[in-house]
Amino acid sequence: MAYSPKVIDHYEHPRNVGSFGTSKDVAARRDIGIGIVGAPECGDVMQLQIRVSDAGIIEDAKFKCFGCGSAIASSSLATEWIKGKSVDEALTIRNTQIVEELSLPPVKIHCSVLAEDSIRSAIEDWKKKAGAAVVASNYATT
Amino acid sequence: MISSNKQPIYLDNAATTRCDPRVVEAMLPYFSERFGNAGSRNHQFGWEAEDGIEIAREQAAKLIGAQSKEVIFTSGSTESNNLAIKGAAEIYARAAAGQMGRGHIVTAAHEHKAVLDPVRRLMREGFEATFIQPPADGVITAEMVAAALRPDTILVSIMWVNNELGTINEVPQIGRLCHEREVIFHTDATQWVGKMPTNVETDQIDLLSWSGHKIYGPKGVGALYVRRRKPRVRLEALQDGGGQERGMRSGTQNVSGIVGFGKACELCAESMDAEGARLLAMRTRLESELVKRIEVTVVNGHATKRVPNIANISFGFVEGESLMMGVREIACSSGSACTSASLEPSYVLKSLGIGDDLAHSSLRLSLGRWTTEADVDAAIEMIENAVNHLRRLSPLYDLHKEGIDLSKIVWQSH
Repeated sequence: MAYSPKVIDHYEHPRNVGSFGTSKDVAARRDIGIGIVGAPECGDVMQLQIRVSDAGIIEDAKFKCFGCGSAIASSSLATEWIKGKSVDEALTIRNTQIVEELSLPPVKIHCSVLAEDSIRSAIEDWKKKAGAAVVASNYATT
Repeated sequence: MISSNKQPIYLDNAATTRCDPRVVEAMLPYFSERFGNAGSRNHQFGWEAEDGIEIAREQAAKLIGAQSKEVIFTSGSTESNNLAIKGAAEIYARAAAGQMGRGHIVTAAHEHKAVLDPVRRLMREGFEATFIQPPADGVITAEMVAAALRPDTILVSIMWVNNELGTINEVPQIGRLCHEREVIFHTDATQWVGKMPTNVETDQIDLLSWSGHKIYGPKGVGALYVRRRKPRVRLEALQDGGGQERGMRSGTQNVSGIVGFGKACELCAESMDAEGARLLAMRTRLESELVKRIEVTVVNGHATKRVPNIANISFGFVEGESLMMGVREIACSSGSACTSASLEPSYVLKSLGIGDDLAHSSLRLSLGRWTTEADVDAAIEMIENAVNHLRRLSPLYDLHKEGIDLSKIVWQSH
């Protein structure tokens, strides 16, 4: 199967690869949301980490991906698209937009679905932690 | 890295091989001046075609230590396997068609689909079957077959060499066992014949399939060895018509293909020893360098009971298809089947109990007559670079570095 030039470009020059620290380091940080979706036995694991300002703007995003070239490209593209967006804007990104941008064939649609899921999952994680922090700080002030 | 006009390095010789130019040369006259139908018994054109086929039959028989009358030409191993398995099952069935309890067949779970699917079809037609679960090293022993035999077993079909792993099953021992127990023994020897010495008498084989295009011959032609004495094996034909190939395979023979097949067999017999030694040295270098340079790299299948040309290697924490994308200058196969709807990794690797993560991370690299040391050295470099590139991206590699056991994680699978 031939890969589209955009998939090849993301595969060879992935954007925003990395993390904000080891899994232990970032687990406690309330400015960071982590999404890990997929499973090794399915051949795809995507990890997306977002650093979000108090105002809810995604200031930075980092990804790691175990998966085929289309999965790598989908997650790399997702980091480009969400950086600088508010969490609410980021939640409007749909997998179909990723399919279109990367010209993914039908057998690779699940890669784009995983990328969308990783965005949702990371934002949910951030909301949970940030929300918990708000509750904690309210409790402390009263 | 993106693209080049150079042809990729071909390390997929277990899938198919490039035709030997001497084979092509031998075939060419049979497309033109010797175009006759081997069934035309009354003129020179027919006689020439028949002569070509009978020389090829001698060449094929010689390669496996058989009599030429015992070789049936087919379209390839898939047809040979179908004819052997279904053809024998029909003859040796213990009950008439339409009834249950027609007989028991023994095979293995990591056989090629061209064996598994004919057996499954027979299971829908009143036969029963046992699929031996291979051990972690992939090698099927005579003891395993003995444990699977039943009083009503009519056929054992065990491949000589596994096509994904290159592992060698205990064929002579299984043959001896089957003859002691008076059970017909078929072996799909597609990855063995032509590369390793074969003698159907001492190896005690009743039915043996092989293919032209795996041994530097043309595609679309293969053969089935059918034992004629001790015991005389009978087969029900799958294809009826003009009665060619002793009535077991009707249809005008593919004369040029058969001539090429015969020539390919002859060439393999001549060069087998030297070629085997050369391939083994290269494969050993390929495997040992990759294991040395890249941590968590596993050579799948038995360490030594393997043919010299096939290596199946898993690289932990990277996915096979993305690895193939990283080594686009190498033509090889991956155990991962991410493109298929099932997202299942190779059933062969899974049957060995290899974890799904490592099964998804495997490459099959198979060397051949045209592979050079420079090809192998270049492949080692490319694979090392691609694995390193992908591990920088791999969340699983990070977890491994942090000392987290991946098998203990509860994944959010889809």
